[in-house]
Amino acid sequence: MSAVSAGAAALRDAFLSALVALGLFGAMIGLKTEVGPTSLVLVPRPWAVAIAVAVVFAGRLALLTWRAWRPAGTPSPRRLVTAGARAGRFVAPLLLVFAITLPAYAGRYWIDLGILVLTYVMLGWGLTIVVGLAGLLDLGYVAFYAVGAYSYALLAQNFGLGFWTCLPLAGLLAACWGLILGFPVLRLRGDYLAIVTLAFGEIIRIVLLNWVSLTNGPQGISGIPRPTLFGLTFTMDGGPGSVADFFGVEPDISQRVIFLYYVIFGLALLTNWVSLRLRRLPLGRAWEALREDEVACRALGINVTTTKLTAFAIGACFGGFAGAFFATRQAFISPESFTFMESATVLAIVVLGGLGSQLGVALAALVMIGGTELFREFAEYRMLIFGAALVVMMILRPRGLVSGRTPSVSLGSSRQISADLISQGRG
Amino acid sequence: MTPPSLLEVHELSMRFGGLTAVDGLSFTARASEITAVIGPNGAGKTTVFNCITGFYRPTSGGIALSAPGDGTLALERMPGHLIARRARVARTFQNIRLFAGMTVLENLLVAQHNALMPSVVNGLLAVFGLAGHARAERAAIERACFWLDAVDLTARADDPAGALPYGAQRRLEIARAMCTCPVLLCLDEPAAGLNPRESDELSVLLRRIRDGAGGEPGCSILLIEHDMGVVMRISDHIVVLDHGRKISDGTPADVRADPAVIAAYLGEGDEDEVTESAA
Ligand SMILES: Nc1ncnc2c1ncn2[C@@H]1O[C@H](COP(=O)(O)OP(=O)(O)OP(=O)(O)O)[C@@H](O)[C@H]1O
Ligand SMILES: [Mg+2]
Repeated sequence: MSAVSAGAAALRDAFLSALVALGLFGAMIGLKTEVGPTSLVLVPRPWAVAIAVAVVFAGRLALLTWRAWRPAGTPSPRRLVTAGARAGRFVAPLLLVFAITLPAYAGRYWIDLGILVLTYVMLGWGLTIVVGLAGLLDLGYVAFYAVGAYSYALLAQNFGLGFWTCLPLAGLLAACWGLILGFPVLRLRGDYLAIVTLAFGEIIRIVLLNWVSLTNGPQGISGIPRPTLFGLTFTMDGGPGSVADFFGVEPDISQRVIFLYYVIFGLALLTNWVSLRLRRLPLGRAWEALREDEVACRALGINVTTTKLTAFAIGACFGGFAGAFFATRQAFISPESFTFMESATVLAIVVLGGLGSQLGVALAALVMIGGTELFREFAEYRMLIFGAALVVMMILRPRGLVSGRTPSVSLGSSRQISADLISQGRG
Repeated sequence: MTPPSLLEVHELSMRFGGLTAVDGLSFTARASEITAVIGPNGAGKTTVFNCITGFYRPTSGGIALSAPGDGTLALERMPGHLIARRARVARTFQNIRLFAGMTVLENLLVAQHNALMPSVVNGLLAVFGLAGHARAERAAIERACFWLDAVDLTARADDPAGALPYGAQRRLEIARAMCTCPVLLCLDEPAAGLNPRESDELSVLLRRIRDGAGGEPGCSILLIEHDMGVVMRISDHIVVLDHGRKISDGTPADVRADPAVIAAYLGEGDEDEVTESAA
């Protein structure tokens, strides 16, 4: 009897959802504008509406049935966490081997895509230091990326410095910018911090756009030198001093692409190594403590301001490295590459991956950047698919792909800490 | 022979807008003693702690700590983190503040942050295995283990702090404070929510902290507590606050006999007397 009434309730619920869908879609899907002989004409499409409404009805009913029938005990978070950790032990080495061997069998297109993904992996790992470990919500990470890119471009253009000299300088300049930005900003918390960092990201872009004498404004900077391999260049003519000449092989564009691939791979691994190592050191532990409870940190004698600043500066430094790489890879940069969209993408990667999880970030970057590339043929539906996927993810795994945290030190056997105990930081 | 004074609070006042939470309070806490601060709810006890540990800047008055080998420090002018670091005043919180997502051991290592990482440069050098970090870390873990043992949490060292039962969280917070090597430990209602057996164990622990044991030097304690059993048993000296003012100050026996204290605790003391005489 109760099953019957539950069924009736579910039907009514689904019917109401269908009604709402009808109201929404009636005009949006049901009417289409077409160019007529003299003016625009409205073409009604009742079938499209009917299908959309039917889908909503069936979907809602299916969801309700699933909710009613699924096993009473939801899987315990602890079991999920350990299962995740066990899977992670296999996934990480597999991904690593895949990344190392990719140039051996993949074509130019795939290597280019790999470079793009790895750039975002690196940015994600850099931002993880700030957002995941220290719990400071930074919506303007692209500022550091831009500072790194423009540092290299301008140093190369004005002083003729090479990529490998400029790389540390770009990181250093970005870190300095992180400190300058951090000083006034870190008094703020939570939403306020997020808004101000967002504004700083925009300010950088607008300065780059308008300081024409230095940055060449919207035209950008072109002819940025490519990186060299121990002084050997990757020129197409295969002249003396080029890689092709030195090794006695035919010059080929793919040599440079593969080299770039391994450069960003190395940079990303460096980022990962440093942040993994920092996590186990007092500095990283202080960041995490700060995320957990700032007041307690202060009571333990931790200088909250400097600790936050170091997180900002080190995160910024890796953003700067990535920026310098971006500049040398594109050989051309303009302020257009450093919009808020970039910050949002990197932040989405970090959040989707699971705050503070290195593997999660790598997977998220692969899915988000690789995924959007693969769905290119779907044109405008790409973003829709993508948004829907994000929403589904956040419902199923609200704490990201790989949630939970591995302790930085342990006396006996180290166990994963489930995500519901971990604070996300309040700025 | 009375021990030398460690903390001198002089004419301390703290106002929040129109509300005077602490009003011209003066008292002394002596070295290697347990000084209890008691008083009804809202008397201003936590506010006094917040002033001593630098979370609030007092409206007026002075707080002087005679640090061994460092002269006298004016705490009312020091920033919060330096009070813990240089003046070595540690504290716990009335509503427990642990790093819930970190393990018990990690909590104790974060407390030793300054010993492990004297400067930022030092902390960054450690990334490359320099700056003698490994040795410092071993010493820190040893110290953490000592306090884990002292508060009986060794078995749970690798569990997240947020998953501990309430009593264990209270003990962990004390152990964490002790890992900063304090000269003065300020405890804000450490017995709140403990059962009688746990309260007894707490009394033993606090006496042990005061007297020092196992190579640890003794540490003076400033204690806010509502559990009069604990207070009367372990305090060497009691300060009673009411409405931000000191109404009594002395040994447990003195305070217990003080009519002003009885009146404050029973509320409308005179009225009670009236009804009694009428009966
Ligand atoms: N930050 C603040 N802003 C405004 N008023 C405050 C603040 N902190 C404390 N007070 C007020 O000061 C008074 C004393 O508070 P305090 O927390 O020191 O009392 P307490 O003695 O610790 O009480 P309890 O035993 O309940 O913990 C209270 O009236 C409280 O509302
Ligand atoms: Mg209080």
